[in-house]
Amino acid sequence: MNKLTELMQQAQNQLETASGLIELDEIRVHYLGKKGLITDQLKQLGQLPAEERREAGQEINKVKQSIALLLNERKDVLEEFVLNERLQNESVDVSLPGRQMEAGSLHPVTRTAKRIEEIFMQLGFAVEVGPEIEDDYHNFTALNIPDHHPSRASHDTFYFDDGTLLRTHTSPVQIRTMENQEPPLRIIAPGRVYRCDSDVTHSPMFHQVEGLMVDKDVTFSDLKGILEAFFKAFFEVEDLPTRFRPHYFPFTEPSAETDIQCVLCSGKGCRVCGNTGWIEVMGCGMVNPEVFRHVGIDPEEYTGFAFGFGIDRLAMLRYGIDDLRKLFDNDVRFLKQFA
Amino acid sequence: MKVSENWLREWVEIDATTEEIAHQLIMSGTELDGIDPVASAFTDVRVGQIKSIEQHPDADRLKVCQVDIGEGIGEELLQIVTNATVELEQKVPIAMIGAILPSADESEKPLKIKKGKLRGIVSHGMFCGSETLGMGEAGEGLLAIPTDAELGKNLRDIFDLDDVVLDLDATPNRADLLSVAGISRELGVIMQAPVKAIEIQQATVDHDETFPVKITADDLCHRYAGRIIKDLDVKAKTPKWIVDKLLRSGVRSLGPVVDVTNYVMLELGQPMHGFDFDKLSGGINVRRSVKGEKQALLNGTTATLKADTLVISDDKQAQGLAGIMGGEDSSVSDDTNNIYLESAFFVPEKIMGKARQYGLHTDSSHRFERGVSPDLQVNALERATQLITEICGGKVGPITDVSINDDLQKRGDIHFEARRIKRHLGIEVEATRVEDILTRLGCKLSVLDGSEQGWTVTPPIFRFDLATPEDLVEEVARIYGYDNIPARLRPMEPRIARKEETLVTDDELRNILVARGYQEAITYSFVSSEVEALLSPSQEQIKLSNPISEELAIMRSSLWSGLIPALDKNVKRQQPRVRFFETGLSFLKTQDGLTQRKKIAGAITGNLYSENWNSTSEAVDFYDIKGDVEALLILASGKSFEFVSSDHTALHPGQSANILSDGEIVGVCGALHPAIEKKLDLDQQVFVFELDIDLISQKKLPEYTKLSPYPSIRRDLALLVESKISYSQITKVINKLNIKELIDSFVFDVYSGVNVDSGQKSIALSLIFQEFSRTLEEQEISSHVGKIMDALEKETGAVLR
Repeated sequence: MNKLTELMQQAQNQLETASGLIELDEIRVHYLGKKGLITDQLKQLGQLPAEERREAGQEINKVKQSIALLLNERKDVLEEFVLNERLQNESVDVSLPGRQMEAGSLHPVTRTAKRIEEIFMQLGFAVEVGPEIEDDYHNFTALNIPDHHPSRASHDTFYFDDGTLLRTHTSPVQIRTMENQEPPLRIIAPGRVYRCDSDVTHSPMFHQVEGLMVDKDVTFSDLKGILEAFFKAFFEVEDLPTRFRPHYFPFTEPSAETDIQCVLCSGKGCRVCGNTGWIEVMGCGMVNPEVFRHVGIDPEEYTGFAFGFGIDRLAMLRYGIDDLRKLFDNDVRFLKQFA
Repeated sequence: MKVSENWLREWVEIDATTEEIAHQLIMSGTELDGIDPVASAFTDVRVGQIKSIEQHPDADRLKVCQVDIGEGIGEELLQIVTNATVELEQKVPIAMIGAILPSADESEKPLKIKKGKLRGIVSHGMFCGSETLGMGEAGEGLLAIPTDAELGKNLRDIFDLDDVVLDLDATPNRADLLSVAGISRELGVIMQAPVKAIEIQQATVDHDETFPVKITADDLCHRYAGRIIKDLDVKAKTPKWIVDKLLRSGVRSLGPVVDVTNYVMLELGQPMHGFDFDKLSGGINVRRSVKGEKQALLNGTTATLKADTLVISDDKQAQGLAGIMGGEDSSVSDDTNNIYLESAFFVPEKIMGKARQYGLHTDSSHRFERGVSPDLQVNALERATQLITEICGGKVGPITDVSINDDLQKRGDIHFEARRIKRHLGIEVEATRVEDILTRLGCKLSVLDGSEQGWTVTPPIFRFDLATPEDLVEEVARIYGYDNIPARLRPMEPRIARKEETLVTDDELRNILVARGYQEAITYSFVSSEVEALLSPSQEQIKLSNPISEELAIMRSSLWSGLIPALDKNVKRQQPRVRFFETGLSFLKTQDGLTQRKKIAGAITGNLYSENWNSTSEAVDFYDIKGDVEALLILASGKSFEFVSSDHTALHPGQSANILSDGEIVGVCGALHPAIEKKLDLDQQVFVFELDIDLISQKKLPEYTKLSPYPSIRRDLALLVESKISYSQITKVINKLNIKELIDSFVFDVYSGVNVDSGQKSIALSLIFQEFSRTLEEQEISSHVGKIMDALEKETGAVLR
């Protein structure tokens, strides 16, 4: 039976050095195939005497199984090797950028307007809009600003030849809303407004938000409460000090201008707040009964407050933009900063 | 109004610092635009007199002066080297050794004067220029010192420099705050301090000549008072205390008569005018102007008057615009001997805006438009008489005082129920406090009869802004202090915002474009006429009457008018890849008049992707912009859209499409016309779109349909058609067949070139068939495909390749 041992030894040697799956298969065929050497041995069993056949057959089968086992073991090793090789070949530089459409961005003014809307919507305010080419009545007269009123001079109005004008504030939306809806009312109206003025701190077009609340029991105390809460929420400063100073607007009475503590220097005084520690952000007040009369709301039944502030200004304070004109220059390098 | 703090302190006794006064004013509604020291905080600058001037031996521009600083006879003179222009006996300000001169620039250290040598000659101090002392501008030279100034005296004492100018900005309703008297009265109320008004005495009348006054326009002018003062010395000098106060209020000294009328205006709030009496003839007539009438004015211009302007006229001609500016012809000059002084009351709401019609805005018109108290005229006349005669001498005549009605000096009563305070402010204010506040403000109160708590309030004559109960609520709140009204975050009746699921919001549209790499721009709504004319030549332009510039004169009819120039500006700033969008109104004149439609528009140029390591950089083309538009339109699932070749004049005729929905144009997209690109001087090809938001904002509520469990079957067709046949023509033919089992079809290749005859193209079409309740049989599908091919061949000439 030396022949068998020899074959076993031979196969073992060949398997150990086999380096590929194809070679492995050749080895399998060589020994275990239909014409393989081991198969051959089995075929020759018939030539042995009958009493030896059984034992010899067992021996051959044992060798056959051993070779088959070795083959499988070697196959596993080689397969793993091949897989590893493939993984190695397929690896990429994960630090390279992915395929993508570079993200765009919303304009900082839009972004700010949305933030303002979201805060007021939580308080049940609806968003209203109005035309930008307005008539004199809605922009001035209905707001208790008669012809030649001194406060008209400060509005620097753009006019058209037919007497219409570009709205100088978002307040006409107040009037249009009250004309078309019944109180109680809670609205804000963001949008573009226009003044015939252009320098470092003025743009001929800018953005305002108008706010209006009308109900049977709205007071100045409510006005202060809601607007203080708004500025705290907007700037995410829980203890942001605000102050309300008496002022004059024809459409509100009492009227106030509102300052917030400078959010850039926390009230210590800086260039932005002119070393006062305060930043003027808003005009507001209780709706003047004269305005209610213009829109057919009974001032003896209802009271209300109104406010208006600049979206651009809040955006500048929020993002630290130092020049109003940057907002309308549309430099992509500027706009991309707000992605 | 600018006013010296020391002047105010002459009127009202306040034991408070400047800062406290400023704070109280701000918190009671008077804005403060600035607190400006009248001089810098320098120390030890004294008056000296130059006794000798010698040329510096080693420097052409320097002189060596010996200066007397009043140390007494026999004392040594002070030697000072200077480069200033000086004269013998000139009085000069000298910064002594040890003096400190703060720099105008706060970041710089103050200058400390030391004994020093200039080119070898010792100098014991320095002459000071106006600018160095914070009392003038650069280039004014040495500060002028009055000839009577005592030698050696400190400049701060001579000029009363320990003072600040308060730059107060009264709101338009508070005409009463445009004078020292008025501000003092206000300070008295808010700081609870005693106010001492100046005493005004009636002048002794020296002669009895009067000048007739007639108020013809008696609806515009309710009171006109005047008097003649004769034999004046108008060359007399205005005393320094008046000049200084005027200067601190920003008013230049122009001679005693004008100075005094200005002074009284600042002091009491009554604008006045002095005429050269000898230039007037007949009498005063306060009348309306005649259209076309000419009026030479004090500022050297001549106004051509509109009808209805109030003028002060004599028998011959208008001598001034009432309450605005005096006339040139009758103005006081050096030759004037006799003057006529005017002090009037013009009705504010009737003269509002008149000055502006002539491009004028004067201290006088500012006050009259807001309201000068109708009880001031005679007092002001007496005060001015007193000051003028003190300065110029002269013989005083009697006052002529013409009033239109008797109750000029009374304001209407206000019925003021106490409950209104709580109703508007949300807090109770005690009745005694309310009474105290209103009384201090000068109101007269009487408690209401009956059960209603409240008062009948008569406001003081100078408060034009107090007429309604709300006006009084505001006064109570203002003096009580807005700070003392608590902020209340009131409980709100819950309100669920109405949100239509089938409405496409602006936010959704914006977010899609942002995700597709667009930057949102905001451009001006007004643009240049040229750009509008190029992009929208058939539109009637909507022009502003008073634009800022020609570049910003026309309301945009398309958002492109702003976007394309903005895009180009970036390209020229080395940003070759730009993707912009904007939302906003476009303004159009249509048959129905002006329309203001909300649009969303985009403009793109450069490569689709920013330069990258793993994709080839390809410039954007029509199908990129169309893809972006389609991404937006997908939101509007309630509508179907069709892209049809457009004849838009601004767009490339072969690469542009109108977007139709139900036959209505809802938008347009495409390449800019090369000719337009050239005219706009664009460096790169630009693709644009614009959609009308309201026309694409209808979504369909999704409606579930069951899914078929049976397999779908795909058939691909390679069609050969003439080049001019469009894809939509093919899909229309297929759709018209209305094959229920055809659940989808799409194009997966378009080819022309090798193996395809010229003038033809190959379109590869995929058809997906599926039946809901069973697997489709092969012959059914073949029959459908056959039908489709027959129809396509018949209507478009398509054949299988």
